Parts: sequence; structure tokens; C-alpha cells
Amino acid sequence: MIGELGHFALILALVLSLVQAIVPMIGAHRNRISLMAVARPAAQGQLLFLVFAYACLTWAFITSDFSVRLAASHSHTATPLMYKITGVWGNHEGSLLLWAMTLSIWTVAVAIFSRNLPEAFMARVLGVLGWISAGFISFTLFTSNPFARLLPAVAEGRDLNPLLQDPGMIIHPPLLYMGYVGFSVAFAFAIAALLSGRMDAAWARWSRPWTTVAWVFLTAGIAVGSGWAYYELGWGGWWFWDPVENASFMPWLLGTALIHSLAVTEKRGAFRSWTIMLAIGAFSLSLLGTFLVRSGVITSVHAFAVDPARGLYILALLVLVIGISLVLFAWRAPKLAGGGSFDLVSRDSGLLANNVLLAVVTGSVLLGTLYPLFLDALNMGKISVGPPYFEATFVPLMIPVVILMVVAPFIRWKSDTIGRFGRKLAPAMIASVALGAGVAFAVGHVTWRTVLGLSLAAWVLIGSAQLLYTRLAERRGAVAAAKLRGIPAAWWGMWFAHLGIGIFIIGVTMIGSLEAQQDMRMRAGQTTQFAGYTFTFRGVVGVDGPNYEAARATLDVHRGERLITVLTPEKRHYVASQMPMTQVALHIRPLRDLYVSLGDQLEDGSWLVSLHLKPFVSWIWAGCILMGLGGIFAAADRRYRRLAERTLPAGSTSTQTS
Amino acid sequence: MKPRSKRLMLLGSALTLLVGAVVLVLTAFQQNLVFFHTPTEVAEGKAPIERAFRIGGMVEEGSIKREADGVTVRFAITDTARAIPVAYRGSLPDLFQEGKGAVVQGKLGPDGLFQASEVLAKHDENYMPVEAQYAIDQAHKAAQTVQQ
Repeated sequence: MIGELGHFALILALVLSLVQAIVPMIGAHRNRISLMAVARPAAQGQLLFLVFAYACLTWAFITSDFSVRLAASHSHTATPLMYKITGVWGNHEGSLLLWAMTLSIWTVAVAIFSRNLPEAFMARVLGVLGWISAGFISFTLFTSNPFARLLPAVAEGRDLNPLLQDPGMIIHPPLLYMGYVGFSVAFAFAIAALLSGRMDAAWARWSRPWTTVAWVFLTAGIAVGSGWAYYELGWGGWWFWDPVENASFMPWLLGTALIHSLAVTEKRGAFRSWTIMLAIGAFSLSLLGTFLVRSGVITSVHAFAVDPARGLYILALLVLVIGISLVLFAWRAPKLAGGGSFDLVSRDSGLLANNVLLAVVTGSVLLGTLYPLFLDALNMGKISVGPPYFEATFVPLMIPVVILMVVAPFIRWKSDTIGRFGRKLAPAMIASVALGAGVAFAVGHVTWRTVLGLSLAAWVLIGSAQLLYTRLAERRGAVAAAKLRGIPAAWWGMWFAHLGIGIFIIGVTMIGSLEAQQDMRMRAGQTTQFAGYTFTFRGVVGVDGPNYEAARATLDVHRGERLITVLTPEKRHYVASQMPMTQVALHIRPLRDLYVSLGDQLEDGSWLVSLHLKPFVSWIWAGCILMGLGGIFAAADRRYRRLAERTLPAGSTSTQTS
Repeated sequence: MKPRSKRLMLLGSALTLLVGAVVLVLTAFQQNLVFFHTPTEVAEGKAPIERAFRIGGMVEEGSIKREADGVTVRFAITDTARAIPVAYRGSLPDLFQEGKGAVVQGKLGPDGLFQASEVLAKHDENYMPVEAQYAIDQAHKAAQTVQQ
């Protein structure tokens, strides 16, 4: 019964999404307020029904209602409650429902927080979001119904994939979806701008906080996913250039370009067409990501099921979205030309160069991700493009991006001379190269990669410090605290996000240069030296979890005479799904992680043990956290709220006079 | 500078950048593409020597053996028609099992032993790596043609 109610709610949500897609659009075109006003209630009703449908599905999982096919294949009576709840999105159908619900949440958020926008513009934004929503809800209903029954019901479910039974899995998909789907708002603003022909600095100011918030979610989602892969897959890598990772990384790269392009559009009125293009691109890549992940065309932990009909549906949706947007762009964009002119040496060109570079990087990742699929589809042989390709293209292309990133805030808008900011930055540049080489020498790993990585990181850190100093020195006389308070949140956002990149580069460089690994067989009582630590293998005991049986090893870790920690890696065997899984043990410190995983037992009774030293790996996540924090600061800038206060009285006077 | 020459400069630098990027991408592509071969193709000598490639198929039943050091593993990858011996040093993925699909990447030695640098298994009990499935399908197709 609950399942049918959920199914029915989903159908009602589809109907409302179609209303939201069509009626306000007509209203905006004919300038009829009554039709435009339909948008908000339609969006709210849709959210209500989607939340209800989602709750129904969750209920089936919690109560172990195995007459619902999805619950039967992805849950189990013994699954811990937390993983029953998260199991709802640990599969194709449920995650699509989450996609639709996330979109609906964004839509209602836009409807609530953008009350001060012109009614016709708002109607178009909500209309575009309605179309996307209709596309996804119908996809869910017609190809991937999460409420499909399994009759007769089975007595016991097959349990959730053990890899997904992890705290990281609780937050990774919702965060990532908030990011992916969030770019649909930027897209809707872009399409509404094309439709209405309104595309000015004010438009950029409306669109900016939404884009930034989506970017923050995407950053956090990717970082959590990377952390999950690091400790859950058992081999200690944090990024594999797997097509699915690329699928989330490409919208992030283009989204990063979009944030900066929007900044120029708001400040200087320039780059309008480019900004629109990036908004379309970022959302198209989000859709492409969904297609790659959900169509089963690639081998990955995310590929839940292979069903050509589903792949085809998303592909059709993708082609429609890109096709319609590009036609609209070609038709309307010429009207958008204009904006301030700028010299070759100016902050405008600096940002443009970074934008183009980020777009090129996105293109190279896209090529590496899609090329094997194309060849395969054309029956021209099977190939794979692995990490070496991505590293060989990504790193050289990102070097100028990072260098420019530090320089750009020192350049003046519109026109500047290289000599002026060059003189300012020359000491920082020399210092960072010296520091990079010095640290590489100090840690005893002098390769060009290490020196380059550390120099770039030093360049970002020193540059950031100098930028802050310059900013504070601008206002003489005031107290330091007052000066700090006087800096707008958006500036802090930029500063923290850029600093985060520096911290991130340190982590990546150090782990790439200094990580160490030792695979060995150990028996109870045996001791081994690794990376300056003494590991004593205390033996293995059997442990029973709620839905698994585990062999748990105990290792004492000493540094000299002092016991640092006791690590207990496990080899789990999930009963229902008959799947083995490695649960690694970590000892986390700011400068390094000790990472231990337990392998199989050998015939002579000894165990395979894998010891890893992961230097500075936490700095990777710390960098991501700083970037996300920067985004939050940027989106919280007062001028977005001031806009609300300013336009509201203006709007009310105009209604009085009319 | 005149606006016209300014625009030309901008366009010129953008083009240089783009050409540079394209050259970079193409070189990286040429050097790092990893081709895929089925065990039958490898057995017939169609796979390159001294260049990394991938083999997909099933881990042959009864073929997994550990060497004395306990860390090096030997097994055979089969498409049900032919089998290729593989050696790999390191920890194996959790779902690497005999009779299950797997994909290995590495180089073929002159002695016909495939030295794997990477072993991929499926992530899910119900899911077969696309490449492994492909290799087996190819072998079945070939077998059917022979029968006809």
C-alpha cells in the first residue's frame, strides 16, 4: 500500500512539474501575472509529493518490506538502520528519486530566496527548472520505477553492497547531487536570460550566490568521495581518474570557470556570452555525469545496472538540453554583446586566460573519458585511458592556472602594466622557488615534480599572505581588527579558496613523492620495521558484526620504545551478499597517515598484511575544506542580501505608481 | 594600442594556447593509450610485446597460486577458449576470485607470462566488468563459428 502511495505521489509530482514547466513560460511570454504566479505553488506542491514519495520508499527499506523489489535487492533485515536509510540511494532507482527531490529542493529554495527578482524572469527560471524536473521524474517513472513490486515477496533481502555500508556513503551522494543539480539553477538563470534578453551585471549578481553554493556542495561531495575511496577500497589511492570521478570533476572544473566569469560579468559587465556558455556547459556536464554513471557504459563501483533503455533515455535528454540551449544561444547571444573593454594586460584578461585554460583542461578530461566509449560504440576496438594520460595533460595545463591565480588579484581591472605588479610579486616568486627546492631537499626527494609542486604551493601561500598584507596596508591608521572586519566576505572567500588550493597542492605533492608501501606475510608475534615504525602482529580473532563476520587483526605500532597506537584492520565477509570486504585501519596525524589493510590468510596460517605510509594526505582534504569554506564566505557576502533590501522598496514604489 | 590590434593580440594568444594544449593532449594520448586484448588474441600473438595493454576475462578455476614470498600471486585469465598466465605482486581487490571476472593491466614478457601492474575486479556481486564480458562473448562467438 505504502509503495503504491509513493508511486502515485511520484505521478502527481510529474503532473505538477509539467504545469510548472508550461504555464509560467506562457505567462512570461504573454506578460500575464496570473499565469506566472502558478510557478511557485507548483514547485512547492511538487516538492511535497516528491518528499512523500521518497519517504514511502525509505519506509519500505526501514520496515524491510521485501515486496518492493528495490528493498529486496538492496537491503536486509540485519542491515544497520543507518544503512537501511542510506540504502535508498545506494542503487539506480532510488538515487534517481533523490536526484529529482534534490532538484525540487533547489527549485523551492530559488522560489523562496529570489522573491525580489522581476516576476517574468522568475517565472522563466522556474519554468526551465520545471522542464528539467519533468525530464527526470518521467525518466524515473518510465524506465526505473523505484516502487516496482516483487510478488511473491522474498523472505530476506540481498543487502546493500558492503562497499556502500560506510559513513562516507551517508553524505557523499547527497552532497554530490546537491552540487550536480545545483548547476541546474545556474543553467536556468542562463536560459531565462537568453529568453528575456536580460543579461547584465544585476543578472550576474542574482546568479552568483546560487552558482557558488552549488560549487561548494560539489567540492564537498567530490572530497568526501575521494576520502571514501581512500580508506574503503583498501589500496590507499585518493584519486583514480576513473570515468565516474571524472564525471563529477568536469562540472567542477567548468563550474570553477563559471564562478570567475560571473565575477567579471558582475564587476565589469564583460564576458556575457562566455558566462552563459559556461553555465550551459557546466549543467550539460552534470547531465553527462549522470549519464556516464547511470547508463552502465563504464566499469565502476557506481555502475549499478546495465540497461540500454536507461542510457538511451538520459542520452536523449542530454542531446535535447544541449541542442535546445545551443540553438537558443546562437539565436539570442548576439544581442548580449557588449560590456567594458579591457587591455591585454588587465585583471579581465587574466581571468579570461584562466577561464580558457580551465575550459581546455575540462576538454582534455572529457576527451580522455569519452574517447574509449566512442571507439567501443563504433566497434573500433577497446582501449582504456588511464591515470598517466590525465596526469600528463592535467598537470602541465594547471600550472599556468595556479600561477595566474596568484597574480590576478594583484592586477588592476581594465588596464595595467606588467612592470607594476611584476615588481610587487618578483620577491614572492623567487622566494617560492627557493622554498620549494629547499623543502624538497630537506625531505630528501629532489625530483622536478616535487620541486615544482612545492614551489607552486609556496607561490600560492606566499602570494596569499602578500595579498592579505597589501589589502590591510591599503587603509592606514585603522586598528588591525577593524581593518580585518572591513574586508568584505566575498574577498575572504576568494582568499580562503585560493589558500585551499595551495594546501591541496602540498598534500598531492608530498603523497606523490614520499608515500611508501610494504606488502608482507605476518604470523602472530612477528615484528617488522616500516617507515621508522615497529609493527607487531598480535594475531587475528573472529568478530561478528550485525550483518557480517570478520577476521580482525591486531597490530601494535611502536616508535622506538613508545607505543603509538593499536591498529585493528578487518577482513569482513558480508553474510547476505556473500561479499568479502577489507576494512582498513588508520592512524591519522597532521603530517602523515599510517594505513594498514589485512589480506587473505595463507595455507601456513600466516596473514597477508599491507602497510602504507601516506604523508600529508590529510592536507588534501584540508585544502578541499578551505575551498568549500571560501565558497561559503563568497556566497554569504552582504551585497547579495543588500540587493534584497534595495530592490524591495523600489519594487513597491513602482507598483504604487503604476 | 588600437582596439583592432588589441583584439588580434588576444586572439593570437588564445590560438597559441589552444594549439599548445592540443599538441600536449595528442602526445599524451599517443603515449598512454592502453589497448585491450582478449586472451585468445594474446595467445595468437596479436598483442604487443613491451607495451602495456589490458586483458579481460575470468580467473581460471584452480589457477590462483601464491609464491613463497606470499605476496606474489600467479593465476590465469581465460575467455573460456584460451588462458594466459599472469603474475602480480601486491594486494588483490576484495572481489578477485576464481571463476569470477577480472581485468588485468600490464606487459607481456618474452616468456609469455603477463606481468600485471594492476588488477581490477568487479565492485558488486551481480556485476561483470564490461571488458571481461566482452572477451568471453568474443570467444563464444568464435566457438560458434567453428562449429558451423
